[in-house]
Parts: sequence; C-alpha cells; structure tokens
Amino acid sequence: MKKNFTKIGTYILKSSIVTWILLLLIWTLAAKYNTPDFLPNPKVTWDGFLEVLKKGVLWADIKISIQRVLLGFLRGALIAVPLGLLIGRFKVFKWLFEPFISFFRFVPAIGFLSLFLMWFGIGEESKLALITYAVIFPVTVNTIAGVAGIDPVKYQAAESLGASRLQSFLTVTIPGAVPNIFTGLRLGLSSAIISIVGAEMLAASEGLGYLIYTSRMYYRTDWIFVGIVVLGLIGFFADKLLRKVAAGAFRYYGVVDK
Amino acid sequence: MALEKEKAKEDTVVKIKVDHVCKCYEKNAAATENTKIRVKNISKQFEEEKKDLLFSDNINPDAVIGGDKSAYVLRDVNLEIREGEFHIFLGASGCGKSTLLNIIAGFLETTDGAVFLDGVPVTKPGPERGVVFQNADSSLFPWLSVKKNVEYGLKVKHVAKAERSKIAQECIDLVGLSGNEKKHPIELSGGMKQRVQIARSIASDPEILIMDEPFGALDAQTRRVLQDELIRIWKATGKTILFVTHDIQEAVYLGEKISIFSAAPDAQIVKQVEVPYDYPRELDNEAVSEFTRGVHEALDKAIYAHGREPVDKSNLTKTR
Repeated sequence: MKKNFTKIGTYILKSSIVTWILLLLIWTLAAKYNTPDFLPNPKVTWDGFLEVLKKGVLWADIKISIQRVLLGFLRGALIAVPLGLLIGRFKVFKWLFEPFISFFRFVPAIGFLSLFLMWFGIGEESKLALITYAVIFPVTVNTIAGVAGIDPVKYQAAESLGASRLQSFLTVTIPGAVPNIFTGLRLGLSSAIISIVGAEMLAASEGLGYLIYTSRMYYRTDWIFVGIVVLGLIGFFADKLLRKVAAGAFRYYGVVDK
Repeated sequence: MALEKEKAKEDTVVKIKVDHVCKCYEKNAAATENTKIRVKNISKQFEEEKKDLLFSDNINPDAVIGGDKSAYVLRDVNLEIREGEFHIFLGASGCGKSTLLNIIAGFLETTDGAVFLDGVPVTKPGPERGVVFQNADSSLFPWLSVKKNVEYGLKVKHVAKAERSKIAQECIDLVGLSGNEKKHPIELSGGMKQRVQIARSIASDPEILIMDEPFGALDAQTRRVLQDELIRIWKATGKTILFVTHDIQEAVYLGEKISIFSAAPDAQIVKQVEVPYDYPRELDNEAVSEFTRGVHEALDKAIYAHGREPVDKSNLTKTR
C-alpha cells in the first residue's frame, strides 16, 4: 500500500503536473496584487483566449506561425546537416566554411531582418529565409561536433573490412553523427520559434508574434499572455515530438535521453 | 708441399662456406614459401606523421602527446609469420607491440622498412588483414544489428544479399552467437561483443586475423572461455593469427610461437620461442608452468635489456 503511494507520488512528480500547478499558483498570487491590465490572472487570460479563439484570429495566427517555422526549419536542416557532415569529415570544407560559421553564428537572425525584407520582399520568403538562417547554425555546429566525436577506431574497422573512404563516410560518419544531429535539430527548432516571433512582431500582418505585438496597442494584456502561453505550448510539444523521434533513433547508441 | 697442403685446406674452407650458404639459401627459400607476413627492418618514430590532406583524421590513436617524438618506438624489427601460425606478440604495456600491429594492419606508416603480405608490400588497411580491436565498443557499429555488423565487410564489397546473409550466418554460428542476430551491440555482454568482432572479421575471409589484446577487458572466466573458443575457431578455419598480449599465461596458453618485445624506445623483438605443447594446454601442468616461468624470465630480461631501467610512461597520454 505504502509502496503504491510512493509509486503514484513519483509518477505525479515526474509528469511535471506539480510544476505547472506551482506556476499557476504563483501567477494567480502575483496577479492578485496587480491590475488585469498590468498582469492578468489565469482566469482573465483564459477568457481572452476564448475571445480570440471565437474571433477566429488565433487559429489563423497559430497556423501561419507553425507553417513558417516548419518550412524554414526543414529548409535549414536540409542545408545544415549535409554541410555539418562535410565540414566535420573533409578538411577542405572545414577550411572553406568553418570561419564563415564561426562568424555568422554570432549575428542573430533578427539582425538580418531589414536586409531580408529588402532582398526578399515583405512576403513569406523573407520570413522563411530568416528562419532558415536561424536554424542552420545550431544544427551545423552540432553535426560537426557529432562527426568529430566518432571514435576513430570505427573508421579503422570500416577500412580494414574493405570500405573505401567514401563508403566509410556513408556508413560510419553519417550514422555515427545521428545523436548530435538530433541535439542540433532540437536547438534549431527553438531558435526557429524565437526568430519567427521577432520577425512577425516587426514585419508581418499575421502570426503569433503579430498577435502579441498588436495586442499592446489595444491594451489587451490578456491577449499578450495568450500569445506567450500558446508559443510556449507549441515549442513544448514540438520538442516532445522531436525527442520521441530521437529516442527511436538513439535506442542503440548508448545515449539515454529520458 | 706446404703450399699444396695450404691450398687443400683453403678449398675445404671454401666448400664448407658454400655449403653453408646453400643451406641457408634453401632454408630461406623454404621459409619464404609459406611465410604469410614478413616484417623487414621496421623502425618507427612519430615525429613525421603523414597527415591526410582530404579527410579530417582524428585517427592515429597511437600518437603520443608529450614525450620525445623523435625517439624511435621500434628500431629495426624483423619478423616472419608462417601461414596458419598462431603468433603472439608479448611485451610490457607501451613497448610498441601495438604500434607494430598497427603497421601490419596498415593503420600506421613505417619510418623505415616495410611489411610484406605474401610478398606484397602493405601500404593501407585491407580486408585480407582482419582486425579484432581491443575495445569492441569503439569498433562495432552500435546502429547495426549483430547480423548487419557481421555483414558489413561483405556489403561494402557489394556481395549479393542472399550470399551475404548466408556467409554472415555461418560466421555467427562459428563464434557461437546463434540466436543473437537481431540484437544490437548495446544489448550484448563484453565477451559476446568480442565474438561479434571475430565473426565480422572472419566474414571477409581474411588471410590473417590481427588481434590487439582482445580479451584484456574481460573477466577471468569469460576470458578463459573465449581463449578456448579462439583456439577452436583457429583450428576450424586454419587462419593465420597474430595476437598481441601482455599476459604471459595467455601467450603460453594460445600461441605456437611467441615474439618477446623489449621496452620502447628502440623496442625490438629480442627473443622468439616456440611453444612445444599440444592444444588444449594445461597451465597447471608442471612442464607447462616451468615453460611459462622461462618465458617470464625472458620477458623480464627483455624489458631490462641493455641495462636500461623501464621507461616511466606515466606522463605519456594517448590521444583518445
């Protein structure tokens, strides 16, 4: 009986329910001593949520933001993973591209916003370019680290079994870097969400960033909160999904991610 | 008269000399006939490692950080390994026996001298020299199943799928891993992983199996089992085996011939002994344990050869 309680207790703690209840509690308490315009409590935020939902804007904003993130993320990953693998394995690529990576990775995507607007117009393309840019660096850097971390004995084993250098790239370098590639993708995803919100705040007519930014003008602090919570939830679940996929890929690598 | 006598004497000397040369020649010819590996005048220093221009090489696991790089690890080493022989490299840790093994495997270049396999110089790794590495976790591919690991060498040679599967299965059965084909390395014990490595090497049908302290990290019980298994596999396949160890008992238990190394720098093979006992050997047997003591003494003498104290290796660290 007692054992069962401990089990349930551990389960509840692990499921992070306690964390969320605690957060809501602090939020409610803090809101109690402030006006709703300054800090709306969860109830007011919930009402605001229903309101924007009913107006139909929320769904549209969520949809467009997710669409931008997914497309940009995919494009960034498709560039960054092969780039990282090549830089990691071939010296020529390392010499050519690594200084580039080390330079631009410290310039945030938002820094390029005005430029991209000029170059790609105010339509979707400039936002996609921005996200692609934001995703490339964490993914490339982690992929390079993954390639560098492959045990050299694996290459020796492959070669002494008759693999050519190209074959060892395909059969050792690529699968060997998979765990780090996934770490890079997770970081890339968060950096994609961060940059799209910035872009939507400054140069868009829809999207979650736009919602957060314009709500300020209507003095709808509760809508700002709705935007923030929704953003957090999207990131939270997207990361969960990526981790689930990664866990399948990691299964045999001896990397435990729980 | 005296002159004639002198001449006759000279003739005999010449005749003896010629006879001797001929005999040596014959002996050499006989030796070359079934010599699998010939190591000729090999010296090695790590000072001028050739760097690969194309690939980022985190390779060269034997390069030493710190220490004197101009020092010779190996100096003028000569060796012949007969076809089908179970040959042991015995020496203290860090004596250069693994370096020589890496040269024979083709992972390292020599500073001087060359290695010949069936008379052909060795320049790079190849499937005719199967390697079983010390650490199976480093060398096995964790993302592949046991079967796929064993098939690897055949796959890169584009052997047809059915054929590949058949050979791999035979090798898995040979090393006693039947029933574990679908498992991944992470699901296996240390001893089983070494069996996978052996199967993976044998699947490529190598001329020689090169093993670098493969049982060093196993517990005593498992090690003994695998030693017996290795003898069985060796008898079943008739492969030439080159086996590196610092364990004297292991050397006597397994080897037909033991090459004893002196300590680096300037390491050499200072002595070779044939082990005159039939398999399976009993190390408790009085004669065998007397023999083991003899090897022990020879190794001690080798390490302290030239009145040199053993080198302090504590400040030398291996890269990776």
